[in-house]
Amino acid sequence: MSDRGITIADLPDVPENPAALRVRSYWQTVRYRLRYDYVTLFFLAVLALVLMTALLAPELAPFDPTKTSTINRMKPIGYRDFLLGTDELGRDMLSRLLWGGRASLTMGCGPVALATLIGGFLGIVAGFIGGRVNMAIMRIMDVFYAFPSVLLAVAISGILGGGMANGMIALTLVFIPPICRVAESATTQVRNLDFVEAARASGAPALSLILHHVLGNVLAPIFIYASSLVSVSILLASGLSFLGLGVAPPTADWGLMLSTLRAALYVQPLVCALPGAAILIVSLSFNLVSDGLRRAMDVKA
Amino acid sequence: MWVYVARRLLLAVPIALGVTVICFGLVFLAPGDPLASLIPGDVSPADLAKMRQLYGFDKPIPVQYALWLGRAVTGDLGVSLQTGRPVLAEVTGAIGNTFVIASGAVLLAFSLAFILGTVAAYHVGRPADRLATAAAVLGVSIPNYWLGIVLIIVFAVKLNILPATGMGSKGSTSFNILDWAQAKYAVLPIITMAMVPLGIIMRTTRSAVAEVLNQDFVQMLRAKGLGPVAILRHSVRNALPQMLAVMGLQLGYLVGGSILIETVFTWPGTGFLLNKAILTRDIPVIQGTILVLALNFVAINLAVDLIQTAVDPRIKRT
Repeated sequence: MSDRGITIADLPDVPENPAALRVRSYWQTVRYRLRYDYVTLFFLAVLALVLMTALLAPELAPFDPTKTSTINRMKPIGYRDFLLGTDELGRDMLSRLLWGGRASLTMGCGPVALATLIGGFLGIVAGFIGGRVNMAIMRIMDVFYAFPSVLLAVAISGILGGGMANGMIALTLVFIPPICRVAESATTQVRNLDFVEAARASGAPALSLILHHVLGNVLAPIFIYASSLVSVSILLASGLSFLGLGVAPPTADWGLMLSTLRAALYVQPLVCALPGAAILIVSLSFNLVSDGLRRAMDVKA
Repeated sequence: MWVYVARRLLLAVPIALGVTVICFGLVFLAPGDPLASLIPGDVSPADLAKMRQLYGFDKPIPVQYALWLGRAVTGDLGVSLQTGRPVLAEVTGAIGNTFVIASGAVLLAFSLAFILGTVAAYHVGRPADRLATAAAVLGVSIPNYWLGIVLIIVFAVKLNILPATGMGSKGSTSFNILDWAQAKYAVLPIITMAMVPLGIIMRTTRSAVAEVLNQDFVQMLRAKGLGPVAILRHSVRNALPQMLAVMGLQLGYLVGGSILIETVFTWPGTGFLLNKAILTRDIPVIQGTILVLALNFVAINLAVDLIQTAVDPRIKRT
């Protein structure tokens, strides 16, 4: 826990041999700091667990997530073999929650990964070349900034029509501008540093300047920023499915389940609350892990 | 300062134009003929050709954009395919309702975040800070459409003390927040909406107040023997402009992003209108609503910047 800005890791070790003071590398320092950040480690474990259950859904799910049953509709938690009850069509909730994790995690993480690639590329190009190219790219990004993220996502996927692919396109477009901005400002800072200037003066071509000198120095802030977007992305993706703009039925998805279960709110309120709780756990975990990584990697917000 | 104001106003013009380009372009993202998506389906081919000419869809796209922009500037955003009413009337009729819950949510979030953030800043690293920070993280992590459902379960279904959905008596056009019979419909939407801004404003407050507390003049005040209340007064005064700016931006986000909460509570604002339009593929209404909301967001951002310049003399902007 390093809320005071200084952690145990910042204090030098007592050297065994004072003559040869061991200096930790950056990544060793990061690992060292993370080792004592129990909150981050705990939520990292939660994420790993969720990811595992989503990957192993076919093995773990006790029932077929799409098999409906008229007589077993809206059963409470713990009814017969249905550990977490059944939904409004008599489908097993536990199986649907496990399978739903696949869709929700894909739709939440996929757009951030894509946007990191595209936005990161655009931002590094804009920052490295500067001048008019920078102007052109960044002013276009400014326009996308003029839309609240929910509105932009809903607008694009609403016009394109529902479906998981369209939802992911919409979310990717939402996240490109902010990532591009972070990449641009990080690159602009780095490219004016002396060592880049020195490499340029010694005749290194632009590509090798970017690959060897810029990239390594801008990846950490881009990565940290992108990791903080995953939680937002999960919430937005589930929100789109909730509105009927994301994953299409009968595929299981947490947001979609939440929306279809609304009809049964008065019958089995507890069962209806389950998909939302799943979204909350995942989004909370991503938020806290991202914060922990930011502290460990010592990147300014 | 006036130079900055003029520059900032000019800077908003290309952004606003860019917004109109995107909104205009949205129609072309829709699968199929853009004209077909703008008018009812049961039109004869002869009429369709006439409409194509009338709306200028036979012209090059830049000309089409200019024509569309010309109409939009005069307030003509087309006609709803569902109701047959002008889109502008539909949007302006709904946006007031959205402002009711959005401003309520921002005020609630600000007052709570102010207390939590200040307490946290005074106890950095101590349990009170941990608790307040945890609340803030929870606020931004919670899916608010789910929280809305949970609140409905608790307060409408189980306790039966607040209405679940809607906006009071049917057909009433004016919303009187002072009349409890009406205001009670806004309580749950406002609480639900307040969660995200609560988390964000709290974090800003915490870091802003903590930063001020670290400054030399606070040391000086302490050395002079001022009590904690007097020091709080000084530090809050210095942190306030930043907090107000975040609060303004949050209002913009809430008004523009109200679709999920308004859908959960069937609150007849712009988000509800947009959701209805998406479900019925009422493209003119989708386009018009998004245009108005995005321009509103640009205007709020502009206002926040200008107000901040006016109230905070430390910000020297040129």
